[in-house]
Amino acid sequence: MTVVAARTPFWRKPSVLPGFGLSMGLTLLYLGFIVLIPLAAMILRAAGLSWDEFVGVVTDPRALAAYRLSFGASFVAAVVNIVFGVLTAWVLVRYEFPGKRFVEGLVDLPFALPTAVAGIALTALFAENGWVGQILAKAGLKVAFTPLGVVIALVFIGLPFVVRTVQPVLQDLDKEVEEAAASLGASRLQTFRHIILPAILPAALTGFALAFARALGEYGSVIFIAGNLPMKSEIVPLLIIIKLEQFDYAGAAAIGVAMLTAAFVLLFMINLLQRWSRSRIGAF
Amino acid sequence: MHIDVRNVTKRFDSFTAVRNLTLDVRQGELVALLGPSGSGKTTLLRIIAGLEHANEGQILFDGDDAVARHVGERRVGFVFQHYALFRHMTVFENVAFGLRVAPAERRMSNTDIKNRVMSLLSLVQLDRLAARYPSQLSGGQRQRVALARALAIAPLVLLLDEPFGALDAKVRKELRRWLRRLHDDMGLTSIFVTHDQEEALELADRVVVMNQGAIEQIGTPDEVYNTPATPFVYEFLGNVNKIPCTIANGAVNLWGLAVTAETVDGAPVPAGSAAGFAYVRPHDIEIVAEGTQRAIVRHVGAAGPTARLELEVAGVHAPVEVQLIRQAFLDLGLKVGQTVAITARAARVFPARS
Amino acid sequence: MAPKRTFAPIAESPKIRIGLVLLSLIYILFFLVLPVVVVFTEAFSRGFAHYLEAVTEPDAQAAIKLTLLVAAIAVPANVVFGVAASWAIAKFDFVGKSFLITLIDLPFSVSPVISGLIYVLMFGGQGLIGPWLDEHDIQIVYAVPGIVLATVFVTFPFVARELIPLMQEQGAEEEEAARSLGASGWQTFWRVTLPNIKWGLLYGVLLCNARAMGEFGAVSVVSGHIRGFTNTMPLHVEILYNEYNLPAAFAVASLLAFLALVTLVAKGILELRYGHELAPVHH
Repeated sequence: MTVVAARTPFWRKPSVLPGFGLSMGLTLLYLGFIVLIPLAAMILRAAGLSWDEFVGVVTDPRALAAYRLSFGASFVAAVVNIVFGVLTAWVLVRYEFPGKRFVEGLVDLPFALPTAVAGIALTALFAENGWVGQILAKAGLKVAFTPLGVVIALVFIGLPFVVRTVQPVLQDLDKEVEEAAASLGASRLQTFRHIILPAILPAALTGFALAFARALGEYGSVIFIAGNLPMKSEIVPLLIIIKLEQFDYAGAAAIGVAMLTAAFVLLFMINLLQRWSRSRIGAF
Repeated sequence: MHIDVRNVTKRFDSFTAVRNLTLDVRQGELVALLGPSGSGKTTLLRIIAGLEHANEGQILFDGDDAVARHVGERRVGFVFQHYALFRHMTVFENVAFGLRVAPAERRMSNTDIKNRVMSLLSLVQLDRLAARYPSQLSGGQRQRVALARALAIAPLVLLLDEPFGALDAKVRKELRRWLRRLHDDMGLTSIFVTHDQEEALELADRVVVMNQGAIEQIGTPDEVYNTPATPFVYEFLGNVNKIPCTIANGAVNLWGLAVTAETVDGAPVPAGSAAGFAYVRPHDIEIVAEGTQRAIVRHVGAAGPTARLELEVAGVHAPVEVQLIRQAFLDLGLKVGQTVAITARAARVFPARS
Repeated sequence: MAPKRTFAPIAESPKIRIGLVLLSLIYILFFLVLPVVVVFTEAFSRGFAHYLEAVTEPDAQAAIKLTLLVAAIAVPANVVFGVAASWAIAKFDFVGKSFLITLIDLPFSVSPVISGLIYVLMFGGQGLIGPWLDEHDIQIVYAVPGIVLATVFVTFPFVARELIPLMQEQGAEEEEAARSLGASGWQTFWRVTLPNIKWGLLYGVLLCNARAMGEFGAVSVVSGHIRGFTNTMPLHVEILYNEYNLPAAFAVASLLAFLALVTLVAKGILELRYGHELAPVHH
């Protein structure tokens, strides 16, 4: 073992276990070929454009309209999900009701159901002759093939995130703290507002950000219900595909890079949120 | 405030935590609920606070039925075992919470809240730490924040669940004295739960000894310690030697001392011959020059103000413990292996439970 | 002190409870239950015979076969990678570990469309090494290899992300003990590590497989939509749907929905029965 220790490079601690070279080498090779090199290829492709050309592509009116829709719809959908996600997490943790286990399992459906299937199902449901669409049409609300349809699809796709981030935090919440608030005269609503909400907020925001990030890139479930009219109901991922179909590879790469940047910013924010969340929970 | 607990029973599924319990706490009293874990003392405290509903029975506050009143309306200051501080609020905001959530028509102005919180914090000697978060405090400091927070709503009753359980010995002693003073100065009625007999005996006006959801004895510390009502209290409070004996015609001769047998519930002592136990405190055993009972010294612990001996007595399985003041021990010059004669100064005998 | 506490005196009133449960159930009903129900109703809307025909016609069969093939390559590839990565990350201490974990998670934050786009830009006709591939008559994009690559990319983190926290939690002590008792490296892995992680591995495989069979966006970009050749099941659903052949589209979709439900049930059973042998946190 001393031989191993003596040969251990400075950047890792010695260990009696074998296989570091093999497993690490395999990991890096695979990561490099599958993820890093192709991603670099896209950035390289976008870099083929001059700065002005790049700015021109990513800020042309059609692209701007697509950003507005993608960001706007993702935001609205994430707001819906943070409200109903917290509600659902609350109900699942605190109450007993028939079918609870069924709901518990079904929450993860959007992770398991192929997006194309979700897309056509939601379209059938919300089309003007669909089960839900009929009712909404009577109320004068048109959902399918409008930006509202995009929101519906994105609510579906982001549904599990808030529930799954808030649930464990609610579970670990100390009931004595709520009892303390009650004994000091707080109403149930005041206890929720001043005691419970601050405790679950970081987790809820993390779920919100995850749902938002997922919605931004979502394609399959949206395109069936969206209508896909340029400037009106065209999401950013679709714009990339349209550019590809027109053989505008550089343009597709440029918009891809813009989206990737947005995704990284979100990822960074989610990391900060999770750190905040942990510091809150781990206080003592 | 005067608290009346009448015939309260609390069941959790199949487990009965409190059974048909009646207790009277007078205005200004400091009462300890003492018992082993599972004796129902915390449940009783939570029922009084309104954190738990009793299945049967009544709780009266100054003669008014409190059961219908919500925990927030009972004006009860509750100090939780693990303090239950709001970790995302500063010390100041923790203490101010009860004042801020008061209904609008009763709510103080911000200045009044500030003054009241600061005066409470100086009472618990934490005014300099008002801006800290609970995670930045020591255990003793958290305990005092929890107390100040409970006092902020000007409670009529102060209920404390194992208030010193999580603290180390030195801090515990200090806080104990301090709580006693606070209770007296503020004219509160207080009930605290503890499993630590020393704490109950030192701090309380009256001690309620509980076992399996019922009260074994209520009395002053002196009463419960010196005249325990039941074998349970004997065994739970202080050291005691439990000597098996045979009751003949309602009495026992224990090492030359005649003791009349008694029963817990006042039922007649079985006539004729019956198995029983004599309870003798270690300091009630005397080592004498001449006596009917012989014993062999098996162990001597002479450190401290009193000496502890363990004696082997024929017919008694467990070693018999004897406590002597140091000077008496030195005068006798006892050694391990020596045979001595013993007698009892005081003892009580209960028939064995059948 | 009591073994169990009821929470009644400070909980919400029954009316509010029922209201909140109902509100949440409505949300679940509209967004989760109805979409699944509609898939199966539409699929059988023209009767069982039509359904059977839709899922057995040659193009559908080809799509099913391709989907199975792609999953059969992508899932084992990611299992090997996931086990290797988590072995390196969980059992050893080295500089840059958290950065490596971030990189492994990367495909989850990338839009599926971009996951396809990068391979087109790499291997496509105008791509980085496209011309070289053309010269040597190697077709990657708009062919099965491209579909496999895109699928591997989007399912890349599933196994690793399940195993890393699990193996980190378990530590390296058992393996070190096995080594000290004279076991070889492979013996240690097969007899000590693998039995400890088998349920976690299965959990990762389950999710990885569901995504591999269901991926749409990434595969759509690289497939070229050649019927009978480069059509996976989700792509076949799209084609049928765009041809307004709704019953057939929903029939194929119902197979995928069934797979999703089976996955959920299996996942639920794993969490219920072997929850303590899975990674501490699941999202």
